[in-house]
Amino acid sequence: MAENQPEQASPYDSSAFSGPQTRKKREMPEGLWMRCPQCEAMLYRKVVAENLDVCTECQYHFRVGGRRRIQQIVDTDSFEEMFADIAPADPLEFKWSGQTYADRIRKEQAKTGNLEACLTGVAYVKGRRVALGAMDGDFLMGSMGSVLGEKITLITEEAAKQSLPLIIVSMSGGARMHEGALSLMQMAKTSASLGRFDDAGGFFISILTDPTTGGTMASFAMLGDIIIAEPGALIGFAGQRVIANTIKAELPEGFQSAEFLMQKGFVDMIVARKELRSEIARLIDYCAA
Amino acid sequence: MAKTMESAPNGSHVLPFEKVIVQLDRQISEMEAQQAQSGKDFSAEIRQLRAQYVSLLHKTYDNLSPWETVQVARHPGRPLAGDYIEQFVKNWQELHGDRRFADDRAIRCGLGRIGTEKAVVIAQHKGRDTREKIECNFGCAHPEGYRKALRVMRLAEKFKLPVVTLIDTQGAYPGVGSEERCVAEAIAVNMLEMSRLKTPIVCVVIGEGGSGGALGIGVGDRIGMLQFSYYSVISPEGCASILWRTGEKAPEAAEALKLTAKHLKAIDVIDDIIPEPLGGAHRNLSEAAGNLERYIVRTLRQIKRLSVGDLLGNRYERWRRMGKVVSADQTGQST
Ligand SMILES: [Zn+2]
Repeated sequence: MAENQPEQASPYDSSAFSGPQTRKKREMPEGLWMRCPQCEAMLYRKVVAENLDVCTECQYHFRVGGRRRIQQIVDTDSFEEMFADIAPADPLEFKWSGQTYADRIRKEQAKTGNLEACLTGVAYVKGRRVALGAMDGDFLMGSMGSVLGEKITLITEEAAKQSLPLIIVSMSGGARMHEGALSLMQMAKTSASLGRFDDAGGFFISILTDPTTGGTMASFAMLGDIIIAEPGALIGFAGQRVIANTIKAELPEGFQSAEFLMQKGFVDMIVARKELRSEIARLIDYCAA
Repeated sequence: MAKTMESAPNGSHVLPFEKVIVQLDRQISEMEAQQAQSGKDFSAEIRQLRAQYVSLLHKTYDNLSPWETVQVARHPGRPLAGDYIEQFVKNWQELHGDRRFADDRAIRCGLGRIGTEKAVVIAQHKGRDTREKIECNFGCAHPEGYRKALRVMRLAEKFKLPVVTLIDTQGAYPGVGSEERCVAEAIAVNMLEMSRLKTPIVCVVIGEGGSGGALGIGVGDRIGMLQFSYYSVISPEGCASILWRTGEKAPEAAEALKLTAKHLKAIDVIDDIIPEPLGGAHRNLSEAAGNLERYIVRTLRQIKRLSVGDLLGNRYERWRRMGKVVSADQTGQST
């Protein structure tokens, strides 16, 4: 993976959203064995992978990249990727302390093998045809620039055109700074397309995974007819450090977790990864059959 | 309006790049005072100083850097939404509360007439004095502010009144209550509903367009910006502290983010730039308000002629175009 990547300051680094104490690193370490950051059990990597990247001891949900996430949700080999050739431009010719966005994109593309932080297409889930989008947290932390906004909009329009249920799996650090206001405007663009989808009677399941934050949360992610969160996922609008600095106080226990959001009334359900496929199928049968 | 902001902007606050301008301004005032006291005629000198003053203002304000623009947008003497409402919204009747939780003072909603046009106005207000600033959290709205705005927008839709929003915020309030009551959901729902609200919407950034907190009342048919306001995905300080690892690089970040009205017009993020008085809105409230009022009236007249179908069709297309992407073969994939 990214071992030869220079350590870079990035809002999409999970630490940008961590509280005063550093959050434990959640990426899967390399090697045959791995330690669960929650229960600290030593786990055989292959077993965890077979268990949908969930700790076999404590059910801790590891982060999953876009392509793998799609494999875990859809019926085997049923995913037909769409809009795969859409790539980021560098509309602002963004530069910072000796680095350029154009370079950064190339590095992220080389690292992930994807052109951008979002994959879209159509697939089947337990035999039900769906339109699907999934963010790839490995690509600049799944941040939303023009491409992510465009692909989410395109797949939403496609779902409307084909009368398919729409599923979007979010995993994103928020709007991408390097495209400035153009990133910001993707919030409005995606929301507008979901407005049309709603007008057309479309059924949208939004799945929030660790982390779903900032402008991504404050647009399509919170607009699902049904909103599902993964256990323990960090879901929040403002960064925890920013909040702590503003209110000059400690944040409550479990703040901005999936469980916190459900308790406050903003997600419909928390679904363990291994139940996700059947839950999606059931919801489609109720709302979009 | 008893406001002392004609030529000397708010006396106390001088932006770093305005020092010479303010000095000149003081010299002029002193000369005028001397003239009045002594009865001697300094009119030639005063005229000369005035000419100097005006040309320096031109020179400075025609060439503001993005970071200087941000500073002007945040100038403590810059007119706030409340000032504009007092200046040109006639028969203003504020409508309070979201009917769910509270009345967020950071977003003011109400009915009034702008020129000849009846409208619903939704405005982010930062607060003028300390008491008011605290009352409205320096213009940083909570979820209930956005939900109040939506409630009032629905009223506008029902009674076929156009919506005018004035945007001026650093961002939505980053606090525990904001997250508990899910400001992200409030902003998202507002954008979705504004994209299909069956009545004309004109939005103007009058000061700071702070990311999602601005966009939460910022989706409409026409988006304008006052000349020296800014609109950005993140504050220059926030961007600098993340990418440059120090907030001190905010000037560089402001440059990189292309957050000025001119830049944003060039990439079609906004539709119109509303000129400010010479030396910025903080130098002449009534002129700034006049420009803003004329823009709103003119724009409302243009878009209210459209059928609802055309209005919403155009609005969707306007937002659908946002962004810049390339297709993979265009990138060359290598080089
Ligand atoms: Zn574990």
